[in-house]
Amino acid sequence: MFSRAYRAAITVPPLIWVAAFLLVPYLLMFCYSFWSVSESGIIIHTWSLNNYHELLTKPVYWQTLLRSMWIAARVTFFSMLLGYPLAYFLSLHAGSRKDLYYQLVIIPLWVSYLVRAYAWKTILGTDGVMNTLLQYVHLTSHPLDFLLYSPFAVVLTLTHIYTPFTFLPIYASLEHIPRNLVEASHDLGATPQQTFWRVIFPLSIPGVLAGATFAFVLSLGDFLAPLLLGGPSGIMISNIVVSLFGAAYNWPLGAAISLCMLVLVLALIFFSERLEKKWSFS
Amino acid sequence: MATTTEAGFTDKSKPDSTSLLSIRSVAKHFGKNIVLRDISLEIAEGEFLTILGESGSGKTTLLRILAGFEQPTSGEVWMQGERLDTQPPYRRRVNTVFQHYALFPHMTVEQNVGYGLQVAKRPAEEIKSRVAEALAKVKMSTFAKSKPSKISGGQQQRIALARALVNRPRLLLLDEPLSALDANLRREMQVELKALQREVGITFIFVTHDQEEAMVMSDRIALLRSGELEQVASPREIYHRPATSYTAQFIGHTNLLYADVRQGTAMCDRLVWPTSLPDGSALFSLRPECIRLARIAPPAIGSANPLSNIRFRATLRDQAFHGATDLLHVESDGGLILTIRIASHDLPNSKAPLEFEFSAADAIPVRDSDNKNEERR
Repeated sequence: MFSRAYRAAITVPPLIWVAAFLLVPYLLMFCYSFWSVSESGIIIHTWSLNNYHELLTKPVYWQTLLRSMWIAARVTFFSMLLGYPLAYFLSLHAGSRKDLYYQLVIIPLWVSYLVRAYAWKTILGTDGVMNTLLQYVHLTSHPLDFLLYSPFAVVLTLTHIYTPFTFLPIYASLEHIPRNLVEASHDLGATPQQTFWRVIFPLSIPGVLAGATFAFVLSLGDFLAPLLLGGPSGIMISNIVVSLFGAAYNWPLGAAISLCMLVLVLALIFFSERLEKKWSFS
Repeated sequence: MATTTEAGFTDKSKPDSTSLLSIRSVAKHFGKNIVLRDISLEIAEGEFLTILGESGSGKTTLLRILAGFEQPTSGEVWMQGERLDTQPPYRRRVNTVFQHYALFPHMTVEQNVGYGLQVAKRPAEEIKSRVAEALAKVKMSTFAKSKPSKISGGQQQRIALARALVNRPRLLLLDEPLSALDANLRREMQVELKALQREVGITFIFVTHDQEEAMVMSDRIALLRSGELEQVASPREIYHRPATSYTAQFIGHTNLLYADVRQGTAMCDRLVWPTSLPDGSALFSLRPECIRLARIAPPAIGSANPLSNIRFRATLRDQAFHGATDLLHVESDGGLILTIRIASHDLPNSKAPLEFEFSAADAIPVRDSDNKNEERR
């Protein structure tokens, strides 16, 4: 087989990489979350659960976390609502134009996140495209102020950004369904609707779960959309982490929140993967 | 008597009251690619019809048109007085056994078999008893709760069959259902499938590229060649009376003899035999088993028409042992290479020419498939 030196040469670099850029930072974050910071901004290396206590007792933290999850849940829901039919259409009914449509869905992913977020700012703003249009057609007399700097704006933007992420795994799972199963269903007398609910949808569940996990996890940790479009009511948990690590200079508390989120997300991914396995039959 | 259509194939079908399915001038084009042209066929109630053809002959497309997965470009399909080709697949009383079975992987065997009844919203007890009955019929009752991925290919095959038959279709389509099975299981299933068809009395249309399979199972064989029906006949007739050189070569082995006919006598190389064909060139099919080693003594004078028993001398080129029979390649004195099948026994391994004979009646005139414009004889 391969020599020891060869095996070492191919395994050691990735191990170093993982250690230096993943394990050590996580370990540091873990340690920080049990430390504290003095008035003068010096890290005190004594171990305590004070940070976690603060998270549980001060409503601003867990309320923001809950709000973030609520926003992420809505983003997941809406991007499913958009992504599934899109994937279904492309996979089963687009015919020869499949590749073209697929590219059209993918292209927005190449555009910078910031550009897309800013685009929504110009659309939703007081003098933005949306308000101008609504007033022009006399649906409203004043600019609507809930359009921008609100959870609505955040949900809208994140849905726009993460729909391709839900689309992709759903599309992949639909593409994996052997077409003769669809034909067999029709052959056995099932209408297109029955075929969808009894054959196509159950077999696309792994893709749905993967897509939902993507949308939820990515939007839960998002901080740019709330920063640019959220306003005070649209603040999310990551914005708090950013400010704790930055302006507030409270790394230990920031680390404690990050660790909580990490555990939450890992648990989510773990369960979603188990469910995916249960629903895959290849 | 057999009638001949414009396309030139023998149409043995009898469009009478027993006809279940009527395929009328069906054609299918995929863009510029013509997959089927002018297919007309009547299929009788309870018949086992095999659509036989090489890959690319259009046989699967024809089956898919009957199932409703493809629309014919032109022509019509009728089943018992109702237009079939305009109906979506789920409204046809036609079920299919797919080539790779197409069992639903997320359902148990039982759920798979009950699917058709389930979507037809039959009462639960009826579903239960009919599923149990269908599973018993294919000897798979013990696997009712298994997932398809946990059972073997042959077992999946049975489930696919049960899943189709449980709906009591008028017509069952089978798309090369045995092609994924190994040789022994395949032969076993051929017999079983044929017996099952007799028992349930449902019309089967069976698609295969395997001529042996077609011979063993079918009441009639429809031989398809590049989108056209070459010949439709019973296995015996198609073997003994092939209409074309393609049929003769595709079904079994044959020797094709290009002969000159003059005044009731066909002549190919130094072989001469009587024929009723008009003067001109003609093509004959002579099966390898119709040629035999000639008896040492010439036949007694006056015992038979000496012209009907054609003798010739040939040297042995090679001999292949096939179990019960041997396949010989011989070269006649005139340089004609012939394949001969004889009961297995060792021939003297000498260069001395051997004496062979065949009956004139076994030289079957066939239409030359490579020459489409030629009139059928």
